[in-house]
Amino acid sequence: MPFTFDQKIFDDIEEDHDKWQGKLKSIFSKRPERLERFSTVSDTEINQMYTPEDIRTQDFGKDIGFPGEYPFTRGVQPSMYRGRLWTMRMFAGLGSARDTNLRFHHLVNAGQTGLSTAFDMPTLMGYDSDSSKARGECGKCGVAIDTLKDMEDLFEGLPIEQITTSMTINPPASVIWAMYIAMAETRGIDRKIIGGTIQNDMLKEFVAQKTFMCPPEPSVRIVTDTIEFGTKEIPRWNTISISGYHIREAGSTAVQELAFTLADGIAYTEKALERGLHVDDFAPRFSFFFNSHLDFFEEVAKFRAARRMWAKIMKDRFKAKDPRSWWLRFHTQTAGCSLTAQQPYNNVVRTALQGLAAVMGGTQSLHTNSLDEVLAIPTEEAATIALRTQQIIAEESGVANTIDPLGGSYFVEAFTNRMEEEAFEIIQKIDDMGGMLSAIEKNYPQLEIADAAYHYQKQIDNREKTVVGVNKYVIEDEEIPVEVLEIDEELEKIQIEKTNRVKEQRDNRKVARSLERVAEACAGEENVMEYLIDAAKEYTTVQELCDVYRKVFGEYRDPGIY
Amino acid sequence: MVAKPGLDGHDRGARIIARAYRDAGFEVVYTGLHQTPEEIVEAAIQEDVDMIGMSSLAGAHKYLFKSVVDMLKERDADDIVVCGGGIIPQDDIDMLKAAGVKEIFTPGTTLDDIVTWVKTNVKPR
Repeated sequence: MPFTFDQKIFDDIEEDHDKWQGKLKSIFSKRPERLERFSTVSDTEINQMYTPEDIRTQDFGKDIGFPGEYPFTRGVQPSMYRGRLWTMRMFAGLGSARDTNLRFHHLVNAGQTGLSTAFDMPTLMGYDSDSSKARGECGKCGVAIDTLKDMEDLFEGLPIEQITTSMTINPPASVIWAMYIAMAETRGIDRKIIGGTIQNDMLKEFVAQKTFMCPPEPSVRIVTDTIEFGTKEIPRWNTISISGYHIREAGSTAVQELAFTLADGIAYTEKALERGLHVDDFAPRFSFFFNSHLDFFEEVAKFRAARRMWAKIMKDRFKAKDPRSWWLRFHTQTAGCSLTAQQPYNNVVRTALQGLAAVMGGTQSLHTNSLDEVLAIPTEEAATIALRTQQIIAEESGVANTIDPLGGSYFVEAFTNRMEEEAFEIIQKIDDMGGMLSAIEKNYPQLEIADAAYHYQKQIDNREKTVVGVNKYVIEDEEIPVEVLEIDEELEKIQIEKTNRVKEQRDNRKVARSLERVAEACAGEENVMEYLIDAAKEYTTVQELCDVYRKVFGEYRDPGIY
Repeated sequence: MVAKPGLDGHDRGARIIARAYRDAGFEVVYTGLHQTPEEIVEAAIQEDVDMIGMSSLAGAHKYLFKSVVDMLKERDADDIVVCGGGIIPQDDIDMLKAAGVKEIFTPGTTLDDIVTWVKTNVKPR
């Protein structure tokens, strides 16, 4: 069924459109348009106005339809926010496991509905706090986790059988997940009932976030192990969070974020199929993670296009039959890279607009950045304002009263179609290169993102793009007015002592044996996960386990291209 | 030389700066990510560079930048100008400058300003 208009209506619109454009021309001949070009933050040019002509080939049933119905343009659940609001999930992690545990309790008491863990750089890279590579970094941009002891302290007193936990970690995702499962089991909680997400998306690490450890092929093999294990053993866990967030933060355009993320999703699906898994067994546990950037409508269109594209990819390309496999469920974080150190209170407003775009786009969960996140780890006060921002969007603004309120907007529908088309073109290019792993080896996505980032920086420098407080409306000799959270330099020493005590108390023969078993599984084809859980229960450290990976699979070095 | 010390993976800024230097006509060596201070100093001496620009966005700049400056002194190579950039609080900037870092560029600095600073302040060794 074509949208809602017949030919006669289009003819009339075209006539009126021409007339209107004539008027515009005469207005702008006296005084030109405000800008030479009107374009989005991704530099996509935007028309003066959109009409039914821009969506004339659109088919309501086939392209837009109803929430919870294929192709899910309007949302994955039939009820969306009428049934249940999105999960308010603030990313938190600082200092020691005990420090972060206090922050978790504060956020839960403030009304947060899910947990999300930020780890420090050594943990993210698979090093213990006492590693020479970890000097100066312990607990700085997240929580330091060395052993199961830290994991126990991190979640002490939190009802993990009821609340879901997201853990943003990649090369050591399997190791940290094993520690979480071990922690739950030592508390007497059945692994079948725990719920949460590990980010576990290694492909985007090579493309954008750059926390990598082993080369791409073995990295994806471990990811596939976790997908297989989760499918069979931890049915409520999202085994992967296929992430566009970092691709965008690295400077990509919105279309590139969309295309590279879905191309990564295609690669993981292909690997799981090669493993002999059935698509409808694992695909429902795939989740996604997107950025919500400054350009409101571009973001809304991106989220809507993403859902429709993934549904088509799953149904047509991978022949998935279960509607849950077609669902693109996603978490959103507002754009850290859009925040400014200058006039930092303005960041509250930026974040509110970006959070609103995520909600208009139908996100399943949301982290809103704190105003001071551009300077340091957020203070408790700043994190609370960020959470309140979501609560105001949810419960005061009225935007969650109806589903997909921007659906049917000529502009939003036309933009959704355009982003889908452009992103599918990029995915085709990646397919032609032999898939995402080969494209990464050729540095294709890395260089595309670098080009886009450089282009945007030039546009800021020459004031083609405005950044309030940075290249316009600047306060000269501004003193940054906010209090910045500092991590105690003593923490490193305290954490190393704690891990040393754990090492003294554990059974080191059992540790050595459990590490050997992990190494054997890595060298062979057996799934590593059960061995990792056994090793975690013996209080082996993150680095001891990651050193096994490094030894068996080798290390990946950044090619350093720019 | 543009260098990324430590475990921080945020290389957007470093790579943009490397391009800006290249476009301004400098010969640029980019170390890539995850370099220890020892590796950076060794590479700088090997490549005979005039300046090292380091980028850090994960809070470990105090230790990492200072280590590079100290190691250059130990190797008698402290005529290599050391600069830094990233998310660096004012108190830390004062401490790093006192330790021998010549300049710290904070968010909002334009590429032109950075290139101009280098042309004015860095002389071939």
